Amino acid sequence: MRALRSGAPQLLAFAAVLLADRLASPQFLAVHLQDGRLFGSLVDVFNRGAPVALLSLGMVLVVATGGIDLSVGAVMAIAGAVAASLADTYPLPVVLAAALGTGLACGLWNGFLVASLRIRPIVATLILMVAGRGIAQLITEGRIVTFASPDLAFLGGGAVLGVPMPVVLVLAMLLLTLALVRGSALGLMIEATGGNARASALAGIDTRAVTVAVYAWSGLCAALAGVVAAADILGADANNAGLWLELDAILAVVVAGSSLLGGRFSLWLAVLGAFIIQAMNTGILLSGLPPELNLVVKAAVVLVVLLVQSPRLAGLTLLLRKP
Amino acid sequence: MPDSILLTVRGLSKSFAGHQALAGVDFILRRGEIHALLGENGAGKSTFIKTLTGVVRRDAGEVWLDGAPIAPRSAEAAARAGIATVYQEVGLLPNLTVAQNLFLGREPTRFGLVRTREMRRRATALLADFGLSIDVGAPLGRYPVAVQHLVAIARAVDLSARALILDEPTASLDTHEVTVLFGVMRRLAERGIGIVFVTHFLEQVYAITDRITVLRNGRLVTERETARFPRLELVHTMLGHDLAETEARAEPADRPSRNEAGTPVLQAEGLGKAGYLRPVDLTVASGEVVGLAGLLGSGRTETARLLFGAERADRGRIRLDGKPVRIAGPRDALRHRFGYCPEERKTEGIVADLTVRENIVLALQARRGPFRPLGRAAQDRIARDFIAMLDIRPPDPERPIGLLSGGNQQKALLARWLATEPRLLILDEPTRGIDVGAHAEIIRLIRRLCDEGLALLVISSELEEIVTYSDRVIVMRDRAQVAELAGSAVDLTAILRAIAAEAAPAPVPEPA
Repeated sequence: MRALRSGAPQLLAFAAVLLADRLASPQFLAVHLQDGRLFGSLVDVFNRGAPVALLSLGMVLVVATGGIDLSVGAVMAIAGAVAASLADTYPLPVVLAAALGTGLACGLWNGFLVASLRIRPIVATLILMVAGRGIAQLITEGRIVTFASPDLAFLGGGAVLGVPMPVVLVLAMLLLTLALVRGSALGLMIEATGGNARASALAGIDTRAVTVAVYAWSGLCAALAGVVAAADILGADANNAGLWLELDAILAVVVAGSSLLGGRFSLWLAVLGAFIIQAMNTGILLSGLPPELNLVVKAAVVLVVLLVQSPRLAGLTLLLRKP
Repeated sequence: MPDSILLTVRGLSKSFAGHQALAGVDFILRRGEIHALLGENGAGKSTFIKTLTGVVRRDAGEVWLDGAPIAPRSAEAAARAGIATVYQEVGLLPNLTVAQNLFLGREPTRFGLVRTREMRRRATALLADFGLSIDVGAPLGRYPVAVQHLVAIARAVDLSARALILDEPTASLDTHEVTVLFGVMRRLAERGIGIVFVTHFLEQVYAITDRITVLRNGRLVTERETARFPRLELVHTMLGHDLAETEARAEPADRPSRNEAGTPVLQAEGLGKAGYLRPVDLTVASGEVVGLAGLLGSGRTETARLLFGAERADRGRIRLDGKPVRIAGPRDALRHRFGYCPEERKTEGIVADLTVRENIVLALQARRGPFRPLGRAAQDRIARDFIAMLDIRPPDPERPIGLLSGGNQQKALLARWLATEPRLLILDEPTRGIDVGAHAEIIRLIRRLCDEGLALLVISSELEEIVTYSDRVIVMRDRAQVAELAGSAVDLTAILRAIAAEAAPAPVPEPA
């Protein structure tokens, strides 16, 4: 109940975007079942939004410690390349383990740079953001690697009880992350580290381990997003998989109300933030407006969110209310 | 000699948010004089410097330099007018070369291009004046802090400074570097430059200064020639005790005498760190309060940080119940049931965004590790219990701690450590910045904890306070332990004498 109340602005925003989408396209809310899977524009919002939702689950934790992970798009490309290259020769568990393991390793590398070498997160993860795409190209040898494995393809195009697999994976990952972070004291330690790292360290929190853990988790989430993206197109495109999605993930976290300075975070609001962004993208496509407008609209949303959070503006509204 | 007066300050005042930080301070600096500006925390030294140099706007008062009134609006304007300041944190650019730093904003140019070679030649010549022969083409950041200080001073003097303010320049220098710096200061003074020297090291005050000005609570207390200002009297003046009154006062009657025998919980032997703290020996027994007294910067906080592992000691050892333990960081200390309430409540204590409950359970949870979470019910119970026990207001465990008053934040931090059931608790300035009521409560609490068998190490600048609750007092001076007083020897006069006593081997050798 409490969680719902704190998420009221985001829920309202989501409803408003969906309503706008409905106005732009009368068929928007229509959902129909076909071959055991739900179809429709609304379903598409969740299905297409799944990779960013997965990214934002890791990103929100990184941001809560006061950091940022720019490498998630590149990690998606690496994990997608690994999965696509192995898909036709190895069984799915091996493929998944290899792809997710690669993502975890990428996250640990980022965590090592930030926590042990004390490199600023934005620079530390920029390294992998740039290098990662090159690594992905080395794996695919510069080609677009396609695969035929129905097992891996199921993760992108399959459905469970009519719900598309990418959405199922988002829900599963959300529940897993919630259990891991809120079921333990990690959530408190992450928020404490982001709120005041020095005080947390003096209170005995292993802030370094906390930092490594959030980057590792972010790498893992990014790898899963990369697998989903590869499964969806039955191939890995090292150049374009996950391109610029790190920015969407950061935007989702900001829309979720997290401060980029660290501190409080909400996992389900971060996922909701990702779906709000996708709903805007879908709406613009449906309305027949040029897709270039997408970026402008996103920028406008960032601006509005930042304005709403700005302490200056809060002071201004107080002043306006006074008389 | 009226013409020897360089800088005159009259009635300088400044208040911040209703708090009078500086109240009508008068100050005179003569040509060729090295003038110590002394005072404890909150005395107004840094406000005085900032107000004088225009970093903050003054509310009232006048400043004359060489007989002409000046009113700079920034440190840069003050430097142009002739008053340069060199802060403890050198305000230069470590990534630029020494020469670039010296001539920043006034580089010699030809046709709009910087004449690098000319600049380096002049920089080398300038630094030679200061007895410094270094490669001026290397980045400043590559040199030790002492050299950076000298470069900063050289730049200031070359900018035609007539008055030079040095704000704790020696805080991070070793003995030899201090000697070099003092040599430079003497030479500048001979050239007629007036130097204001802010320091916490009394030895250095007596080694180099001609005159002393003491500030306390934003007011000028006294100004006197160093040679006619005995050390004990100086300490009294800085701490705000009337000498005669202190001498006459008897042992505080309200200090209950305790049984001497308690088993030592903590024994530190020769605990120290090069350039940070000279080796310290101390023991604390259960049920005992040991006070750490000394002036600001004397090594009190440093001792606490080494004990708790917030700073890694490079010598000495710590025994707990007679068994040697390794404290490599706060987590080790926590495991051995140490607690530490740091002096800097806002930056090192509270996590402002988190609730009072979360702040209270933080250390206990940290010791349990992330995968043995305290249930919400247990957290609520702990928070409720401590809020009631320490009377934290408002009694709302779900309020972000940043919204509480300083005293209540302090109590919540105490609760954080009490919740871990510590054996040794280190309190650094537990009563700093909190109102009188909360102050008395915290002192009562300290006594109660100690009666319950806790070993307490308390740091405070309030000497009366220390005398009231301490069984033993360790006196620090110039980052070293200088005395230990126990039992009936614990009184204000004895502490003051120990703080003011002259060190046997002067740590600042006279230049040859």
